[in-house]
Parts: sequence; C-alpha cells; structure tokens
Amino acid sequence: MGDTETKADRYPLPRTFEEFNEQRRASFIRVKDFKQAGGRLVGYLCSYTPLEIIDAAGASGVALCGTSDEVIPAAEATLPANLCPLIKSTYGFASSEKCPFTFFSDIIVGETTCDGKKKMYELLDELKPTHILHLPQGRGRAYERDAWYEECRLLKERLEELYGITITDGDLRSAVRRRNRMRRAMTALYNLQAAEPPAMSGVELMSTMFAATFSFDVEEFTVKLEALAAERRAQYEAGERPVPADAKRLLVTGCPIGGVINKIGRTIECNGGVVVCADDCSGERTQASLIDEEAPDILRAISDRYLDINCSVLTPNAGRMDNTLKMIEKYHVDGVIESVLTACHTFNVEAALMERAVEGAGVPYMKIETDYSAGDQGQIDTRIGAFIETL
Amino acid sequence: MGSRYGIGVDIGSTATKVAVLDRDGALVHSELMPTGYSSVDAADRVAHALAAAGHDVESDAVRIVATGYGRIAVPYADKVVTEITCHGIGAACLFGPQGTVVDVGGQDTKVIQLKGGRVVKFAMNDKCAAGTGRFLEIMADRLGVSQEEMARLARGGAETKISSMCTVFAESEVISLVGRGVPRADIARGVVDSVVARVAALAGQSPTGPFFLTGGLCDNAFVVERLSDALGAPVTTCPEARYAGALGAAERALAL
Repeated sequence: MGDTETKADRYPLPRTFEEFNEQRRASFIRVKDFKQAGGRLVGYLCSYTPLEIIDAAGASGVALCGTSDEVIPAAEATLPANLCPLIKSTYGFASSEKCPFTFFSDIIVGETTCDGKKKMYELLDELKPTHILHLPQGRGRAYERDAWYEECRLLKERLEELYGITITDGDLRSAVRRRNRMRRAMTALYNLQAAEPPAMSGVELMSTMFAATFSFDVEEFTVKLEALAAERRAQYEAGERPVPADAKRLLVTGCPIGGVINKIGRTIECNGGVVVCADDCSGERTQASLIDEEAPDILRAISDRYLDINCSVLTPNAGRMDNTLKMIEKYHVDGVIESVLTACHTFNVEAALMERAVEGAGVPYMKIETDYSAGDQGQIDTRIGAFIETL
Repeated sequence: MGSRYGIGVDIGSTATKVAVLDRDGALVHSELMPTGYSSVDAADRVAHALAAAGHDVESDAVRIVATGYGRIAVPYADKVVTEITCHGIGAACLFGPQGTVVDVGGQDTKVIQLKGGRVVKFAMNDKCAAGTGRFLEIMADRLGVSQEEMARLARGGAETKISSMCTVFAESEVISLVGRGVPRADIARGVVDSVVARVAALAGQSPTGPFFLTGGLCDNAFVVERLSDALGAPVTTCPEARYAGALGAAERALAL
C-alpha cells in the first residue's frame, strides 16, 4: 500500500498506458492533469456514499462502478466467475489499471452492501486504500440510524486525516446546498419525461446522468444539467417530438443501470418502447430526496437522507416498491422491466415482491437477468420485443 | 385489409416454417424446411418455395410478417413480430383464446399465458439447452437413432434417471449408461423424461391449464403423454401446432 501511495504522489501513468486507445489515453491525461493541479480524487461505488462529505473535503467524488465486460477475464483471475458483473468489472478495472479514476483515486470509499462487494473490497484494498462504510441491515431500529451517523462521521475523519484538513459544519452545509441544486436539476430533467410523448429518449437521459458520476465539479455539471433541461423544455414547447407518440412507456427498475444502458435501454427504444423512468439507485428515487440545508445537525441530516435510499440490500425495503408505484403513476407507465445483474441475490429475490406490487397495480412486469456480455443479446431482443408487443 | 393473402415466415434455429392464410383465415399453404446455416439463405429459399406455390413475395396481393430468431433476415417482410407473440396468436387460433402455450423450440422453450387471445405473460428458458429440442437432437444422435425412433423406443423403456441438467454433462451421463450396458430403450426413456421434467418445471410456473403444446415436438405423442403426466393436466396439440409461430405471423399479416 505504501507503494501505491508513492505512486499516486508522483502521478505516473500505468505501465500499459501506451497500449490504450486514444480515448482512454485522453481520459488518463485529463485525470492526471487534475491531480497535478492539486485536485483531490475520491472514488466511490454506491449511492449510499454520502457525497457531501467528500465534497466538503474539497475532493471530487467519482463513481468507480465497472460497467464493461472488457476487464472481467482479468478479474476472474482472482474473483469467482459466478459473481455479479459490476463487482468483477470494478475489481478488474482496478487490477488491470485501465480506469483512470480508479488509478488516480487518493482513496476508495466502499460499503458493506452486498456480500460480493464487501469481500471484494478486501482485495481492492490491496491495490488502493479502501475505506469501508458499514451500512446497517435496515433503517427501522433506532440504533441503525445512530450507527450510520457514526459511519458518516468516521468517513469525515478519515478524509480529514488523509488530506490534513478540518471539515467544518459550514463546509458540509455548502456542500449540501450544491448537491441539492444538482439534484433539483436532475429531477427537473426527469420530470420532462412525464410529458406524453416524453421530451427525450431514455437512453439520452440515462447516459447524461451516468456522465454526472464522472464529473469533477458539481457546480459545473449542475449548470450543464440546468441548460440541458431548459433546452429540451424549449424544444418540446416549440413542438419537437423526438419520441414517437405511440412508443410504449417503460419504467426500468432493479440493479444499477449503468452497464446495461445499451443492452436493455437501447433495446427497449429500438423495439417500440421508450424509457420514461430509470428507477435504479442512481435514478429519481435517489436523486429526488434532498437534505435540509438549515438542519441544526447537518451531518445527521446527511446521514439520515442517505439511509433512506431504497436498495434491496436493506431489510425490509418496502419503500422501494411504494416509490416505484408512485413513479408508475407519475410517468404514466405502460410496463415495468426489472433488470437484475447475474448473481445479484438481493434484487433477484426482491423481484418477487416487485412483481407482486407492479402486477397488483395492473401493470405488466418482466424480469431480465443479464450481465455485461453480448452473449444473450439475441434473447434479450426477443424478450423485450415480445414484452412491448404485449402492452 | 386489401391483401388477399397473409403470409407468416417463422425462421427458427432449427426449422423454418411458412404459413399462407387466405382472406378468410383459412390455411391454404404451408412449408417446412431446415433453416440451415444462414437465415438469409433460408429466407431466400422461402421466397422461391412461395413463388413455386403461386405467391410472389413482392406482390401487392400479399402481406408478410417475419418471426423467429431469423426474423430480421427476411428482406421482403412488411413487419417483424417476435415469436412469442406469434406463437400466442397461432395457438389461440388453433386451440382457443385462453390457456398456457408451451413451445419447445430448437434452442429455447417458451411458456406463454393467453387471455382473450392475447399474450399476457411469458417465461422463457433461453440460457440453457436443457429442456429444448436441441437436447433431444443431441441425445438421439448419441443413441444413433432418429428423434422419432427415440420416442418410439422410450415408450417401451424402463424409467431411467438422467440427473445432469447440463446438456454436455447429460451426454456424458448417457455415454456412461451405454457403457454400462443399459438398454437403449431405457436410456431413451430417461432422455424424454429429462426434457419433460425441465419443460414441466417452466410450465408449472403458469397458474392453470388448459395447456397447448406447439413447436417441433407436437407430433411426438410420447412426449405429449409424459408432459400431461408431469403437469397433471391434459396437454392438447395437433400436427399444425408445429406451424403455430408461422400461423400467428400470417394472422398478423392479414391484419396489416
């Protein structure tokens, strides 16, 4: 680990840098320049990571969730094959030094969400210092909220120690204001999809939101989102209809969507459908909840907000189904597709409850279990095509 | 609605099926041919066969819907519809608007719930060859008999357990049964029961019958019997059920 730190201090590029394609080399240079200019970089993976604390440390938080099968063979040299592709891809990018954000992160913030990730982080820590947030198993018991508050405080202290700084309540409060503004901008963009037909393709929207997780500057990205929302709204009001009126309106729920935006999202939109709501952990269900900027205990307000995020790793998790039903109404959804990444037990099991809730509301539901490979694209085309035909 | 004929072209992984319906929905012509290596080539052969039967695929008098895994390879199709919808419509035409369609295809098995002649839900085994036509094909090959012969042998065979789910492992299991001198009829019985068990497990997720069998196994009487036993409910089928996908596609074409 000492070696890793020295390496990060001098910002050398990976050994295999010259073998990378132009785009990847450019990303590495961009991140290297950011670091050389004194930028602090903190990698994270999960929506439960309290980003305001990272922001308040003057660092940029970047999401390191792997979304490509490119490095999975490398990961499988260490990890078992029957593991979720997100975990394998994340570890593979770290071990093969192919992701500039992972490579140049000062620290990675992991969390005890699912078993696979939790144990993978122990191996990841050998490559990069990894701080683990201990996420409670639920939110219903008073000590769970207190425990999570303590976890948020420990993260704050770890970052203070790492950067030799003090994070004040004032720092946290202004970070909260910036993130709230960004979340309002995101929600405003989501809201445009409630129009019939929606204002834009779901693939465009999901890709935009995915890009947010690689942005170094919250305010800069917020301005971009606000401009995009204004532009799309103006175009729509001017009569532009990029989505056909007869496109079936789908909500995609389940595991993180980043790695299957094309495999599932684009397939939906090539088969007569449109994604009007991406109901995953980086989507509206997470972004719509804001933090009280004036809360007397700002760290407590942050920790409470994050623990309320609905993910299948917590038990019980009925709030997720309730929220999905609200989204179904808000976006006039014709059908729900649940996307489960291979070997994601919690979402796969919770799918039975989601199916019941969605069908109980009279809306057709289909579950797809897939990974990042192209092997089952033909089958996915058929399933999604057939599902849309039934709507 | 001005067309005189609706044509359904179902290019499956193993077989290509064609159905021609007249304006009244009566089946006037059908074709069955191996798909072969290329679905583009299969589509081409279909066009020739239809021409020989007096149906020009480019003519204004016909509307064509393509379905099956090769559905995107049919350049003369007016519309592409997935095989799940087509099997549902085809089965509804053959058997009635309400029930569960079980389609055992060459590379996947589908279970389709029908209500009011429409597909309301479906489940698929499309990740594994167990419980598909491919499993029977490979095992018949290993036993050195045709699939029809294997079914005939199976009827007279004693119950034999083949426990491997994986087709490759099941093949090894069959090889070891052969090596141990287990009669061919018994192994054939084991093979049929293995497919039936897998299909029944998938179909069992669908609440109630009546069950309709479509696809390549519909004229395999022993499989139909064993499937009825496994589901504990009658399974209806008929020789035309092999063409269910093509019939459904033709039905759709008539409506274009």
